[in-house]
Amino acid sequence: MATSRRGAAAPSLTLLRRLCTAVAVSGDEGEVRKIVMQELKDTASDIKVDALGNVLVTRKGRGGRRLRVMLDAHMDEVGFMLVAENGDGLYELTAIGKLDARGIAGKPVLVGHKHTPGVVGAKAIHLMSAEDLKRPISAEALRIDLGPSGKASVGDRASFAPNFRRAGPSIMSKALDDRLGVSILIELIKRAPANVDVQAAFTVQEEIGMRGAQVAAHHFKPDLAIVIDATPANDLPMQREGENSFYNSKLGLGPVIYVSNQSAIDDPRLVRFFTETATKARIPFQVRQPGGGGTDAGAIQRTVAGVPVISVSVPHRYPHTAMSISRIEDWHNTHALLYAALRRITPDVLRGAGG
Amino acid sequence: MKQLLRRLTDAFGPSGHEDAIRDLIRKEVRGLADEIRTDALGNLIVRKRAGAAGRSKGEPCKVMVAAHMDEIGLSVTHVDNKGFIRFASVGGVYPRNLPGSRVRFMNGMAGVIGLEPTDHSSDVPSLDRMFIDVGAVSNRDCPVKTGDVAGFERPFLDLGGRVAAKSMDDRIGCAVAIEALRKLGRSANDVYFVFTTQEEVGTRGAQTSAYGIDPDLGFSIDVTGWGDTPGMRHFEMALGKGPAIKIRDGGMLSDPRIVRWMVRAAERNRIPYQREVLLGGTTDARAMQLVRGGVPVGCVSIPCRYVHTASEMVDMRDVENAVKLIVAMLRTLPKLD
Repeated sequence: MATSRRGAAAPSLTLLRRLCTAVAVSGDEGEVRKIVMQELKDTASDIKVDALGNVLVTRKGRGGRRLRVMLDAHMDEVGFMLVAENGDGLYELTAIGKLDARGIAGKPVLVGHKHTPGVVGAKAIHLMSAEDLKRPISAEALRIDLGPSGKASVGDRASFAPNFRRAGPSIMSKALDDRLGVSILIELIKRAPANVDVQAAFTVQEEIGMRGAQVAAHHFKPDLAIVIDATPANDLPMQREGENSFYNSKLGLGPVIYVSNQSAIDDPRLVRFFTETATKARIPFQVRQPGGGGTDAGAIQRTVAGVPVISVSVPHRYPHTAMSISRIEDWHNTHALLYAALRRITPDVLRGAGG
Repeated sequence: MKQLLRRLTDAFGPSGHEDAIRDLIRKEVRGLADEIRTDALGNLIVRKRAGAAGRSKGEPCKVMVAAHMDEIGLSVTHVDNKGFIRFASVGGVYPRNLPGSRVRFMNGMAGVIGLEPTDHSSDVPSLDRMFIDVGAVSNRDCPVKTGDVAGFERPFLDLGGRVAAKSMDDRIGCAVAIEALRKLGRSANDVYFVFTTQEEVGTRGAQTSAYGIDPDLGFSIDVTGWGDTPGMRHFEMALGKGPAIKIRDGGMLSDPRIVRWMVRAAERNRIPYQREVLLGGTTDARAMQLVRGGVPVGCVSIPCRYVHTASEMVDMRDVENAVKLIVAMLRTLPKLD
């Protein structure tokens, strides 16, 4: 089992494989919830499942003035829902979460709790006219095909078929967003340092609007919150000579520290604290470009009388597709940075209000 | 009051980075209030308790008055090999106002905004074709990095009856709030002047501070647009005709009882005012209105030309009348039944 720098065990590939193989499309996160509960049943002082299905875990620290630190990772993945039956095992579908319709044709899927296998079908390329090829594929034109004996019901959810594999320094799988974060959070709880009160939320329904996080933060009312997610890496070689001056988080450069995105402006005190922690602990890191995207931090920041937030993510290529890629080293370094930060954080980090 | 306004508009404070402006306002209000505190998201909450008259009939009315400290700005997305800086907007930044503008970063570094050439000079350029030039020649010698934040920079312009500056939106609201606090004395109401954060990115500070304060009613003080320069249509606000009592804007319908309270205070004290119907844009009042079980809200606006440029212009008579109006309002009890 790999050990990350400061002696805390890094999350294992076995755990990550189990998490990625589970199917948990937004609104139906049971399979991942079960794994989380099993992993933590002997560890936490307090585990509960709230009305929406969030798993809320408290691990109190010991001694001194302790911060109440909320940690968040979302259990749900993007996927599909069956909306109408066409007969012969064919179903019309809609996307749950942001999906690129061009990227799902031909992908194998699993439907419903019985994991009925199927394929997402579009018109064959041999049969397309030049006009057809110019038009973008829309979700309405696609079908899930279960074959004539396949049984499913309207309203069933479908996910990309599990396909986890390790390839040298890389991990390839569906749902790295956010099983990478969930696996890290499980390990952080198991070996939570004593100087903080850890309030961990394994949230539901992030991909459709950060809904679980809002409710979880209302329950905890933390002093601050750290969101652990997966962020897109845009580091493929440019087609033209030009330098990539836009969104360019990269694989291999370590955990990605957010400064702001559409959903939230990360608290500058926490940004400073995390970059200092990484520098002191000699953990590589990168700063994410301000701009688009969102994480559970957006919902948490605005609950009750406000919560200072920051997001720290693992970079991955091909987000929200049937197979994403990330580097084991980036995943382990993200865990190491979070552990190092929890060990040295004190109430002084919030002194000097805001930015 | 012009000196106060100059100090406030000069201060640095793009959304999310309001430390400098907050420290300045905290100095200005020292000694004027019963309680001064900062909440979790950096909102500065300045409380003036009700006088004996207000407390004699039981719980005095809790009034929240919001003016936002933050200004629009830019944040660095990338520094290229030659030291040119790419950026994203913080709040509503209009691309066509940018080429040739000057900016200043939190670390004091100043820069100029340049623009890549196009084939069609009449196209409105998008932000991704612009860059900031701080005089660096490479990525390594550039004193600025991804995530750093800049505000716009323009000297305060005193034109006599009118003044222009960057971030009049909403440092003018902050100035009016500070002066109203100074002149208020004891009133019948328990008044919370809240200098909010992150309004320009979605009225976020107002939402969370209103939750914490849980007021009985509230109003914001912000700029509104203008209708009195060549070609402007469908909007009647004019400089010099008085502060505006907002009936509605793009995000909020003012509570009619709050509007009546404001109009009554203006008419009884013979303060000129305008009635404002704004089709786009919104203010902190919208966030206050929808917090917890809801709050009756309104807004006192200062008519302002060239909003969201570096030369926003107001008329000092409107500013002074806004202070008078707010003091007159806060000295009476709004009737909510």
